Amino acid sequence: MAPKSARRRQLEAAALYPLDWVEERTGLVGGIKYFLFRHVPRDTNWMQTLGAATLTAFLVQTVTGVFLAMYYKPDPQNAYSSIQHITHEVTLGWLVRGMHKWGASVFIILMFFHMARVFLFGAYKYPRELNWIVGSLLLVLGMLEGFTGYLLPWDQTAYWATAVGINLNATAPFLGPFLANFLQGGAQIGPDTIARFYSLHMLLIPGGLIGLIVLHMYLVVRLGVTSPPWSPTAAGRERPDESKPEGARQGLIRSGDGQDEGH
Amino acid sequence: MAPAGAACGSWYVVDTSESRAVEWRAGSELSSPNDKPHVPAPSLWPVGFAIGIVCLLLGLVLGSWPIVAVGAVLAIAFGYLWVRDVTRDMRPKEAPAPGTDVAPSAPAAEATEELPGFSRSIFLETATLGIGGVIGGLVTLPVLGFAVLPAFESHKAKDVDLGPITNFPEGSFVVATFLEDPSQGEVSRKTAFIRNNGLTAVKGKQEPSFTIIYSRCAHLGCPVQPGGLLQDAETKQLAPVKGDPVKLIPVKGLSNFACPCHGGAYDPEGNRVAGPPVRALDRFAYSIVNGNLMLGTLYSVGHVEGTGADAKISRYTSASPGVHVDGIERWLYPIPVPGR
Ligand code: HEM
Ligand code: FES
Repeated sequence: MAPKSARRRQLEAAALYPLDWVEERTGLVGGIKYFLFRHVPRDTNWMQTLGAATLTAFLVQTVTGVFLAMYYKPDPQNAYSSIQHITHEVTLGWLVRGMHKWGASVFIILMFFHMARVFLFGAYKYPRELNWIVGSLLLVLGMLEGFTGYLLPWDQTAYWATAVGINLNATAPFLGPFLANFLQGGAQIGPDTIARFYSLHMLLIPGGLIGLIVLHMYLVVRLGVTSPPWSPTAAGRERPDESKPEGARQGLIRSGDGQDEGH
Repeated sequence: MAPAGAACGSWYVVDTSESRAVEWRAGSELSSPNDKPHVPAPSLWPVGFAIGIVCLLLGLVLGSWPIVAVGAVLAIAFGYLWVRDVTRDMRPKEAPAPGTDVAPSAPAAEATEELPGFSRSIFLETATLGIGGVIGGLVTLPVLGFAVLPAFESHKAKDVDLGPITNFPEGSFVVATFLEDPSQGEVSRKTAFIRNNGLTAVKGKQEPSFTIIYSRCAHLGCPVQPGGLLQDAETKQLAPVKGDPVKLIPVKGLSNFACPCHGGAYDPEGNRVAGPPVRALDRFAYSIVNGNLMLGTLYSVGHVEGTGADAKISRYTSASPGVHVDGIERWLYPIPVPGR
């Protein structure tokens, strides 16, 4: 490459200055770089993008949901008509509602695909067991999002599907009936039920999801991603080598080439 | 940044043994550089455990207690073997076989190298955690109570006035829709199937008798439909002095009740005849005040013996749909729910 002209270097310095300013005070630029340019196995597979796809679907739900909340009214008198208003009257309301409604299914389906990938790659094994458990909690919370969101249009399908869903929960032994009362805000679906579901749907459960996603990503970065099971390079982990002072832990982690690791 | 696949070894894991600045606990095995993966050896017992659980659930679905028992025994036995396998390394070794050398136990000196505890710093630590906990509790508990407790208060709605009993022809059903609690609005709209059973002797006096069945399916709560001809032309709207109008539609030749959701079906007394419901349809208590039929509290029904005024009803406090009120399964719901 030809040496950069002085002018170009000056421009670059000017452009980078704000980044340097932030980096010096927060270390965030380096952090983001570290996050984006981690080492990953050379033979990662397209299937390993399913987690990021799920994350994207979740972000779409978050953004569209925040804006739907600007027009939606969570009470028995107005819920149905506010949904009709969003769909038929608000500019582009049909689109945002459609994205949220269909995106919900996309999110759940992608979660299952991602989970299947993790399972089939054996990526849940040591040392990633806890990330599987965090993932399972994400799955449960994701389904709860679907359940609580389904009531909100307050039409016949929404009402009766939710009645059945709540009563299904009530049949769980011992505490099931208590759970049903909690969800309904009383002994049956009543004036408070829809606002409860709304609060769970847009505040409590998403809060939990976001926290767990942060933990999930932290563990992905800390532990690295697994290479595919058919990987020719150091598939599986090497046997711990007692003779090496760094110890066995090194062998647990697949190194880039099958031969020898070295820094 | 090195291009992918450069000679420099690619680590996919942050090397935890180097980056850990502070050992999280003295003598933690994790800090030894020569450690082995901390995983139990593979074990086949979970397969047996899973088979036991499947067997148990299958027994519950099929309603066969012997199968449940076999499943439980399998699950417990294999569960025990599994736990024994998994915890092998944690338990003290049995007497070592002669001839094998025993690894020298961790040098005692290491253990004593622990930092001496300072009582002042320990006090401060405990105080910080304790005060934090108290403040957290003071804030959280009322909020939790606010979120949970109102759902368990009982709201005894006033009896609903369904109008003069003369509106209910003897021996046939009328579909009544009404607001259970007008202050709650449309969400409290309910439907009941009401049959006038005529006069019957109660303690030597002739009293009117009614069968009032709630339309909520005893499976999972969908609205049960009357199997008969609705006489829409004879619909009556009663406008009481106070409250919301009550709508009455007579039904001709009602032979059953059927649920649109999962095919539950009931006979005219509300007993289950087909589908997944676990008990008979719920009923409302009633009273007659100044010749008007007053709808009282809801109760659940296990089974109805006989018909009409002579029916013997096994009566229980109102339970959620899908919840067994009788039979061995009722022990699955031993704790009464306040506010029901
Ligand atoms: C909100 C839902 C979820 C999001 C946003 C999410 C996101 C991600 C992302 C971005 C990765 C990086 C690697 C990859 O794409 O495969 C990942 C890895 C992983 N996920 Fe998820 N995930 C979710 C749900 C789940 C579920 C339901 C499970 C399983 C029960 C799970 C288990 C795992 C495991 C074990 C890894 C590590 C895989 C490896 O190291 O190769 N996740 N996740
Ligand atoms: S709710 Fe009636 S059969 Fe399921």
